[in-house]
Amino acid sequence: MDLPLPVLLSTGHLYAVTGAALVGLGLYAFITLRHPLRQLLAVNVVGAGIFLILGGLGRGPDATDPFPQALVITGIVVAVALTAFGAAMIVRQAQTRAAAKPAADDNENPAP
Amino acid sequence: MSPLDLLMAAPLGFMAAALMLGPSGRWLILLAAPLMAGLALWLALLPPDAAYLVGQWDLPLGILLRADGVARLMILATALVIGAVGLHALAEPPEKPGHAAQAETFWPLVYLMWAGANAGFLTTDLFNLYVTLEMVSLAAVALAAMGSLAAALRYFMIALLGSLAYLLGVALTVARYDTVDVILLAQVAEADLATLLALGLMTAGLLIKAALFPMHGWLPPAHAAAPAPASALLSAIAVKLGFVILVRLWFEAFAAVTGPAALHVLGGLGAAAVIYGSIQAMRQDRLKPLVAYSTVAQVGYLFLAFPLVAGTVEPSGAWAGMTLHGVAHMLAKAAMFLAAGLMLKAVAGDRIADLGGLAQAMPLTVTAFGLAVVSLMGLPPSGGFTAKFLLLSAAIEQGAFLYAGVLVIGGLLAAVYLFRALSACFAPLAGAGPDTASRGPVTGGVQAVAPLALAGLAIVMGFAGTALVDVSAIEAPWATPTVIQPEAAP
Amino acid sequence: MTFAFDLILCLMILGTAAIALFVRDALAAIAFFIAFGNLMGLAWLGLDAVNVALAEIAIGAGVTGVLLILARARLLALGDAATSTGSPLLLRLGALAACAGFVVLLAAAVLSIPPESGLDRVVAPLMPGLGIENRVTGVLLAFRAYDTLLESFVLLGALVAVWSLAPAGAWPGRPADPGMADAPMRRVAGTFGQLLLPVALVMAAYLVWAGSDLPGGAFQAGTVLAGGLLVAGMGGTIGLPSSDQPLLRAALVLGPVVFLAIGLAGVAAGGLLVYPAGLAKALIVTIEYTLFLSIGVTLALLVAGPPMPGASDPDPEGKG
Repeated sequence: MDLPLPVLLSTGHLYAVTGAALVGLGLYAFITLRHPLRQLLAVNVVGAGIFLILGGLGRGPDATDPFPQALVITGIVVAVALTAFGAAMIVRQAQTRAAAKPAADDNENPAP
Repeated sequence: MSPLDLLMAAPLGFMAAALMLGPSGRWLILLAAPLMAGLALWLALLPPDAAYLVGQWDLPLGILLRADGVARLMILATALVIGAVGLHALAEPPEKPGHAAQAETFWPLVYLMWAGANAGFLTTDLFNLYVTLEMVSLAAVALAAMGSLAAALRYFMIALLGSLAYLLGVALTVARYDTVDVILLAQVAEADLATLLALGLMTAGLLIKAALFPMHGWLPPAHAAAPAPASALLSAIAVKLGFVILVRLWFEAFAAVTGPAALHVLGGLGAAAVIYGSIQAMRQDRLKPLVAYSTVAQVGYLFLAFPLVAGTVEPSGAWAGMTLHGVAHMLAKAAMFLAAGLMLKAVAGDRIADLGGLAQAMPLTVTAFGLAVVSLMGLPPSGGFTAKFLLLSAAIEQGAFLYAGVLVIGGLLAAVYLFRALSACFAPLAGAGPDTASRGPVTGGVQAVAPLALAGLAIVMGFAGTALVDVSAIEAPWATPTVIQPEAAP
Repeated sequence: MTFAFDLILCLMILGTAAIALFVRDALAAIAFFIAFGNLMGLAWLGLDAVNVALAEIAIGAGVTGVLLILARARLLALGDAATSTGSPLLLRLGALAACAGFVVLLAAAVLSIPPESGLDRVVAPLMPGLGIENRVTGVLLAFRAYDTLLESFVLLGALVAVWSLAPAGAWPGRPADPGMADAPMRRVAGTFGQLLLPVALVMAAYLVWAGSDLPGGAFQAGTVLAGGLLVAGMGGTIGLPSSDQPLLRAALVLGPVVFLAIGLAGVAAGGLLVYPAGLAKALIVTIEYTLFLSIGVTLALLVAGPPMPGASDPDPEGKG
């Protein structure tokens, strides 16, 4: 179907602007949400938005630039690596808080 | 083979080897420390135009590695700091007692940070820098978590935000210019909305990573709570990569875009950081938070130098002052954290008031702390003095008396808070007799020699002033038109 | 694809993202996040970026989703429901104004850049020299292989970082049981796992091979392997490995180390990561196969989390 809309916005720009909106949404959530796990989710939404900007603006008339595509794949892998570490820290912090009533001292004291 | 690739490849090899060797992987540092120092020295002595394209792929697509003066000095300091910290950690286990996982994972994480820092200092590619930034941040957060998980989680979240801001800036740059290479960008960058937003985002993200006031909030708790070797690496290495990338952005890639007003914003934040960090350091009554807040202040000088470098036609002095300040701070602060760790292990508490009697009990360590104090304050002769002197004369020459004033006041404030800690060590031991303290602490061994060597190097830097100034000028963006002329792609 | 489709898809992406971010219940949030990730995958298909679509669905939605579900389940067991709690109105208003302003600025910047596949023109003439068809694989494993090499160590480093969180006395040890399956489910997973693991292995191996010429590659294939390993691990087909098993360590470092070795061997041909003429495809495929194996094992262990005391370990060794 042929809507008059394509004149206003190319496909690439449509996705890139959607990406920009995702960045804003995720940022707002990151600031206002208190729970670290939800913040981690927000960070992933921001990341997805950035990737979409890269992809959308790499969208040529007949192909999408492989260069930003490769950067996005690298970025997705880095994001999952950091998310895994973040999630593990959040869980460990909850476990330590739940387990240790006598809060462990943060300074390392040697056992002579 | 070239040090340009070995400086990245060797630590990654050590990381994998440490993982394969398990608990005995810790001994690898005996091999890594001299090897990396040798490679760093080799790099420093390369001809001035040393650079090459990874995989021989041309620039808009490929990645260029380049040994400019900043990279040479930073990598040499990194090799000295991580080598010394590693040897110290070999003798003085960094983990919390009983934490076998920390004892084993400490080493691969250190090598990851080493590789990331070296690769980051050498590359001219902004996306490649993103990956190296994540290598360093990941290792830094994990090392900080060995002290306080809560502080590390806070650090992690804010660092994640910084990474995303930087990545978004890189994304806009890729889309706008079809290249992320610093050298190519310098030729094509224009001051349009996309470029300015990209630069602003990258700068904001990196300022978080470099912990410039007011984005420093995560630093003191994380650096103060981490085990001493980890604190040393966090303060010496992790915040420096963000700084070096900012240098690449502001003085090279987007030099044509940045105006004096924006540079004064950075300089002003730097000045504020010097004052704020110093005042906070004065208010601490525990030793490690004092040292951590001193990092907040010292980072300020790095950015205070930005307008001084840009504000003159002959920036070699200010440039060298900025670079040498980074190097001197790496050496002195790493020494100070290691010494502080040993001192706190020797006494009952973690307060400055608890340090009494240590000057007699562990003279080597207190000497190391004292030498680090000399360099951080900027007393002659020391690397800190050379750097501050160069910055001060640049400021006076330009009539930038506000910056000159902050440089002087910052030194005085540093004297106040650092001498307070140092003089506490000379106070008589409160309560018990002096011999109780002398029995407990270790007064010799590698763990005491490492901080002494680092602090000694920070002092020795003061005697190598002109040579270091010359090295810092190699391939500097203002010095000559860049020697590397990558041909444009077909 | 038509513009109407793209437009509806973008609106759905924004809608699912908003729900994932702001719904109260954490599980609902994660469910919508996974839906969001899959729609993002569709968006990448809409952009003709099949490689990214596969990576987004497999890693962005799949692995990240499982990670978040597992983290939420472990938090819930400790009495933390991870519900979104409201923050002060003033903060919300301020953040809203700031973020809205930022989006307007960002959108204006984005719209000022014409969408172009500028570097495609640079990449295309270089592909015949590599002997592979997939341009994205070409960028990832040749033109920007240095990024990918470092990134493979980031992934490895993330696992080391996760391991560093193991509590005192749990090292070396096994990760806690994911606990996502009750007994009957576990039997299903057990039977299923026996079937799935070899199927996943074959499928993943095919994805790597196809990745030279068709969409696919080491990261996507590694995720398939990780999925197979996780289901098999949950069902007991294979035990969750102890962190000190030499074979496990070897599997983790194999890919990154082979990549690094091939990169350094390139020095003989002219420099870091230079592939000698004629050998490019063979080297790329070697890197991809070893990398996929390591990525699969690393991702599975990243999801499983740090070693925990007494986690299906018959002899807790205490302090090492």
